[in-house]
Amino acid sequence: MPSPDMNQPRPLLEMRGVSKSFPGVQALQEVSLTLGRGEVLALLGENGAGKSTLMKILGGAHRPDAGEIRLDGDRVEMDSPHTAQALGIAVIYQEFNLVPGLNAVENIFLGREPVRAGFVRKGEERERARALFRRLEVAVDLDMPCRRLTVAQQQVVEIAKALSLNARAVVMDEPSATLTTREVEKLFALVRELQSQGIGVIYISHRLEEVFAIADRVTVLRDGRHVADRPVPGLTRAEIIRLMVGRDLKDEFPARQVRIGAPRLRVRHLCRGRQVRDVSFEVKAGEVLALTGLIGAGRTETARLIFGADRPESGEMELDGRRLAPRAPREAIASGVGFLPEDRKAQGLVLAHSVRENFGLPNLDWLCRRGFVRAEAEREAFGRFVSQLRIKVPHQEQRARNLSGGNQQKVVLAKWLARQCEVLIFDEPTRGVDVGAKFEIYQLINELAAQGKAILMISSELPEVLGMADRILVMHEGRITGEIRDVRGATQEDILELAVK
Amino acid sequence: MKGTMSRSLRRLITDYGMVVVLLVLGGFFSILTIEDQSPVGAAAARDLMSQMRDLPGRSGGVLIVGRQSAEDAFLAALLEEELKSEGWEVFEVVLGEPPDARAVLQRAAQSGRTLGVIAGTQVTARWLVFSDVKTGFPGVGDPVVVEPRSYRWPNFLKRDNLINIANQIAVIAIVAIGMTMVIITAGIDLSVGSLIAFSAVLCCWVIREVGGALQASWLAMTLSCFGAILACGSVGAFTGGMITLMRIPPFIVTLGMMLVASGCAYILAQGQSVYQVPDAFVWLGRGADVFGIPNAVLLMGILYAGAHVLMSSTRIGRYLYAVGGNVEAARLSGVPVRRVLLFAYVASGLLAGLGGVIMASQLKSGSPTYGLMYELYVIAAVVVGGTSLSGGEGRMLGTLIGAFIIAVIQNGMNLMGIESYTQKVVLGAVILGAVCLDKLKQRDGK
Repeated sequence: MPSPDMNQPRPLLEMRGVSKSFPGVQALQEVSLTLGRGEVLALLGENGAGKSTLMKILGGAHRPDAGEIRLDGDRVEMDSPHTAQALGIAVIYQEFNLVPGLNAVENIFLGREPVRAGFVRKGEERERARALFRRLEVAVDLDMPCRRLTVAQQQVVEIAKALSLNARAVVMDEPSATLTTREVEKLFALVRELQSQGIGVIYISHRLEEVFAIADRVTVLRDGRHVADRPVPGLTRAEIIRLMVGRDLKDEFPARQVRIGAPRLRVRHLCRGRQVRDVSFEVKAGEVLALTGLIGAGRTETARLIFGADRPESGEMELDGRRLAPRAPREAIASGVGFLPEDRKAQGLVLAHSVRENFGLPNLDWLCRRGFVRAEAEREAFGRFVSQLRIKVPHQEQRARNLSGGNQQKVVLAKWLARQCEVLIFDEPTRGVDVGAKFEIYQLINELAAQGKAILMISSELPEVLGMADRILVMHEGRITGEIRDVRGATQEDILELAVK
Repeated sequence: MKGTMSRSLRRLITDYGMVVVLLVLGGFFSILTIEDQSPVGAAAARDLMSQMRDLPGRSGGVLIVGRQSAEDAFLAALLEEELKSEGWEVFEVVLGEPPDARAVLQRAAQSGRTLGVIAGTQVTARWLVFSDVKTGFPGVGDPVVVEPRSYRWPNFLKRDNLINIANQIAVIAIVAIGMTMVIITAGIDLSVGSLIAFSAVLCCWVIREVGGALQASWLAMTLSCFGAILACGSVGAFTGGMITLMRIPPFIVTLGMMLVASGCAYILAQGQSVYQVPDAFVWLGRGADVFGIPNAVLLMGILYAGAHVLMSSTRIGRYLYAVGGNVEAARLSGVPVRRVLLFAYVASGLLAGLGGVIMASQLKSGSPTYGLMYELYVIAAVVVGGTSLSGGEGRMLGTLIGAFIIAVIQNGMNLMGIESYTQKVVLGAVILGAVCLDKLKQRDGK
């Protein structure tokens, strides 16, 4: 097919009329996308809108049912990730594709090591890796196994790997989800660097402020369809949300009547290693306490102590005046503590099992009679939460793996709501969750607080912290470095100030 | 509701797709082993009766001829009773050899009584003496000689053979129950083969040394068996403890226990077979008290029913799956992970112990060589049955089917007279094929 306008430069990448269905789901329907050289395109949409599927098709991980992909105007068949790589398309997935035990150099050249007579030419490899990192203007320890690098550094390794493949287009699937504000800024610098080298970048994110900061253009998907393609200048935040959700969202954070009561959870002088050092605080009935700080500040580690997932070296805890010293999560759960872990897939769900079984897991004590699961009661209880939380599942036997991030989080939430926990710890409750579902989760947190529960919310997203919390604690290197009582008067800068102190 | 129907149907096929493989194998061996079958016992009597009823005109007595065997005597007695109840005159029943038959015929000729029918088995009816009664023994008349008609039926599908298959696989299938639980928790138990030997030796040794050897009472035997099973259970508990408390991979722990248990069995038996047990000891392994179903097979059925219920509708069953599916998510959901793992390994140990006791009873002795390589057959049964070695998925009844697939292949090849070396090759190939088929099916399902 000849280009309609010969004067217009052909786009770097074009996807036309791409459709893909999975058993029971039409994931994509006639979706199109274009990407120019040196352009940053933000691909937006709620979870389940089809962004990841589209990118997997581009990366050769899925075959489309219909549609075509063109690179520089030539039609190409992405029949495997290998082909995509060879054609200069690099996809950096949310879960990195790094081998944890290998170092940065080994990971970058994995599968295409420069060899002579069967021996890897380590010197050459190293020199090339160093050059790549110089090009990106970042320093990464080349000898450290990747599992010991920070998430941000691992991402840099992935980007270096993409560059080493002479990538012409780089897809970043929620690259900022696990990064702190500072690290995100470095990431942006990297993206701009790629841009200046003429590389097209497809940037997927749920953080709209990032879209305004970095993207030239947005493509919005909704329910597997293409709904809009707009240049960023002139676009407003509200407009984007409306395009994504298909309706107006007046406020990102629902309003709530705050009635704070007596302290429920008390934590005193909690210590464990270097990550939790003399942490003391209390959460009152009806209060949403936010625990924030940089990644690695010890927030999750503190939560794990309260939940009995790890044992404290010293310190005391109390729940409603009774001593709380759980030796295992089971004991904490029995005392009325619930915990929504930050990594749903690794810690929150048994992905290969049905959503019903996942829901039942912490609730089998009351769903059982003489050791037998009351299947009917379980189905009924879960059914209630499916409609209450508006979880989108075709049926209760659906495997948890097949759900979008937002719906997965709702299933995890249902697990704990069914237990009527007194203290609920949310660790990054909206990570990887789309705008619409985010709002619903916020509403639920508010409802729980209104019922007099004590809520501890760990979050790295400062707007979320400022929008939701009644009080904010900031951690840095295992210690609580500050408390903000006047949340309304606080700014993101105030928090950051404490977070790096 | 149609959606639910087709979904549950699909689920059934995914879960128990191996049933199809089993049926195909069964059909295959049935076709290959079709042969002429001569009816015996009650079936033979029924056939003879129906032939005699169809005879035109009923005159003279019936001579029943069989050889001196329990089987023929049974047939003759049954036939005699049937004939009398239908008003036939039974002249005589001969159980012996041709000269005996000749003597009876001569007597009949002398006394001048006529014979209407000579009823025999497929052997006796063809004796030369009956070939021409009319001229050989004038005065006896011209009796019709009847024998049971033979029919074509696969050897494989004979009732005795089917029971035989079930009986031979009972030990492996019972041990595979525990192995399924262990593999569903993403573990493995290599010690079961050695535990079978250990349990067999221990129980026979206790009967010999403490229980009174050949004069052992029922109580003594029962206690010895339970003692051996419990000993294996405690080995399982130790294994589970090493895995959960010391965090040693199951493969290593059970590899160690495999050697320890095997060595203990040899030490205890001093390298020899322990056979000083009373005759009644074979009740569990060779007895068949209910409808002719062997006791071991019955026990296997009961255990599978119980295990299926346990895995599909109890809390501990759920927990086993959850621990295998994602141990961290299970722990953070309040699952007592250590206790669940301990349960699986204790169950595996107990069932291996039971398997050993059954084997000792079948063979009426305990030898440290029992159960050699059984862990591999057991694991094969579990994997062929559709349980994933990476844990979290699998069905108990799938394992039963897997065990039967292995048994059917072995039995079918035995019937066809294939030598045991070739059998090994075929069995290995079929296991690989079955698992590949399962993988392909899963890929289609996704």
